[in-house]
Amino acid sequence: MESPSTASPTDRDKAANSSVRMGTASLPAGTDPSAPRSPASRTLIDIEHLDFFYGQTQALNDISLKIQDHKVTAFIGPSGCGKSTLLRCFNRMNDLIDGTRVPRGTIKIHGVDIYQPDVDVIELRKRVGMVFQKSNPFPKSIYENITYGLRLHGKTEKSKLDEIVEKSLRGAALWDEVKDRLHANGLGLSGGQQQRLCIARAIAVEPEVILMDEPCSALDPVATAKIEELIQELRSRFSIVIVTHNMQQAARVSDRTAFFYLGRLIEYADTRDIFTNPANPQTEAYVSGRFG
Amino acid sequence: MNPPQHPFSVRPGAVHHREQPVFWLFRVATYFILACGAAVFLNIVVKGAGTVFKTEAPFINTTFLTEAPESLYIFEWEGKKMEMGDREFRAFKEQNPAAAKVKAESFVYSAGGIWPCIVGTVLLVVGSMTIALALGVCAAIYLNEYARDGAFIRFVRLAILNLAGVPSIVFGLFGFGMFVIFFGWNVSLLAGWFTLAFMVLPVVITASEESLKAVPKGFREGSLALGATKWQTIRKNVLPYALPGILTSSILGIARVAGETAPIMFTAAYVVRDKLPWEVEQLGDFFFQGVMALPYHIYVVSSKIPQNEYTERVQYGTAFVFLVIVALIATVSILLRNRLRNRYRW
Ligand SMILES: Nc1ncnc2c1ncn2[C@@H]1O[C@H](COP(=O)(O)OP(=O)(O)O)[C@@H](O)[C@H]1O
Ligand SMILES: [Mg+2]
Repeated sequence: MESPSTASPTDRDKAANSSVRMGTASLPAGTDPSAPRSPASRTLIDIEHLDFFYGQTQALNDISLKIQDHKVTAFIGPSGCGKSTLLRCFNRMNDLIDGTRVPRGTIKIHGVDIYQPDVDVIELRKRVGMVFQKSNPFPKSIYENITYGLRLHGKTEKSKLDEIVEKSLRGAALWDEVKDRLHANGLGLSGGQQQRLCIARAIAVEPEVILMDEPCSALDPVATAKIEELIQELRSRFSIVIVTHNMQQAARVSDRTAFFYLGRLIEYADTRDIFTNPANPQTEAYVSGRFG
Repeated sequence: MNPPQHPFSVRPGAVHHREQPVFWLFRVATYFILACGAAVFLNIVVKGAGTVFKTEAPFINTTFLTEAPESLYIFEWEGKKMEMGDREFRAFKEQNPAAAKVKAESFVYSAGGIWPCIVGTVLLVVGSMTIALALGVCAAIYLNEYARDGAFIRFVRLAILNLAGVPSIVFGLFGFGMFVIFFGWNVSLLAGWFTLAFMVLPVVITASEESLKAVPKGFREGSLALGATKWQTIRKNVLPYALPGILTSSILGIARVAGETAPIMFTAAYVVRDKLPWEVEQLGDFFFQGVMALPYHIYVVSSKIPQNEYTERVQYGTAFVFLVIVALIATVSILLRNRLRNRYRW
């Protein structure tokens, strides 16, 4: 397992600088990279006593969790335990569903509570990208898929866009496969390529965090392996939170793992500990495949 | 009877006996409808073609397509039976003073052509479809994308659906009361546009909503997750994909708007009007003038004037031209729709 400190300082600086560039009034930019930091524990997303409701049904119950910067964090747990719900809180995608509410608790990103009314959701979502379970390339060309987010935010200069398209596709390990057909429809790609296109689309706007909700659940083993490799490459530039059903996957790609059960956080620790030496008997039962 | 040879051999029974008659019932019903449709269509084409086409060059009866309706005069002249339109007859009388006293039979609207009606119908269709699409798509976007699904919105939807079943004469009277009298627009293009638009709006709204619903939720979520606003998402990543479906529904609307007589007879249609719509003094007058229209003209020449062999020519000719025009507008819309559809596919 790659250790977190392998993220080189230059890469970190790049990510931090990019967030300064996309600066916003309501969310402070990443902490100054030159400031001293304790390598293992810089908190990016700080969740405290979070409750979440779909109408009358409570989906999350008193979740407290610190997600660390430039690490891969995996959420595991049986179906319906609230992994996706929590993930979708981080970019407030749950706002789109009628009747959802967060009656108690806070989610802070860089110390700012993102559920405060003065937070601009648009700005938040630029900083917190998302890759969905069901790959959803837009029915436009590959090129237009990548530039979609950039155009929204006012980047229209052709040469700049070309450059970002190439960089993003390389970043998503897709460039070599599609460089000759950038103007072909994104839906003509295979399932795995489509999902990598969605990743490329997300990284094109240079977010700080990428949320992935079971990105491989619809893919075959070869495509899955490619995405996992890709996550290994992305980890140096982005913080990644990945929901997965597949425990081997969590073990392979993540630094930290959180185990959820029935809307509660049962255990959160280094991935190695969760899989080899879980503190909680429920976690032990789940990772050893006795339920779930 | 022989015992069955193998497990799958046919065992005669009631279910098998019913198969054939049922098959024939469906088949006969389908062909019966087809035959009725074909009979009407062929009748109009065959009889109408006699008016619209000619046996000698240029083979098309340009008078019928490019002139206004006139009265037809029929009289005997030097032993020959003459047929002349109003203007032609007057010129003839000036040339031959002796003809002034000739006893001529006159038949209204049986000479000349239907050009003002063609122009009027095209104007009515284009204007009302523009209004209906603009209003209908806005309403559909509101209902499908913005409004929270609650009892009230469900009631609004139900009301819109019911509106689709309201007879067109009721829309005509509504337009008359609302636009012609209350708004003081008089009998005018504008009043006709809005009346017709209101008539097809339920269809346009319902179909637009269906088309919007058919756009996968993932496209919206993907766009919003990239930091798009709701309107950016709708404009760039929902509406373009829904447009082919919306246009398909409006093609049906076109046929209805072009064909209805009741909504325009109080609001927009004139029995006869000398001026063409663009012969107005200022641009503003354009919207406040009545027009002639094909369906109303058919109504007038088939039920408001004495019938004879000469009016029949006009009736069939007008109906034929009418069918061709509706087909033309629909074809253009279908081509446009197909182009859009090929651009976005998922
Ligand atoms: N849109 C929704 N409306 C109502 N309840 C929902 C909705 N989405 C999820 N839930 C409920 O919330 C709980 C957690 O769901 P989810 O976060 O999707 O679980 P997971 O991703 O861990 O499988 C489940 O009980 C589910 O039924
Ligand atoms: Mg899920």
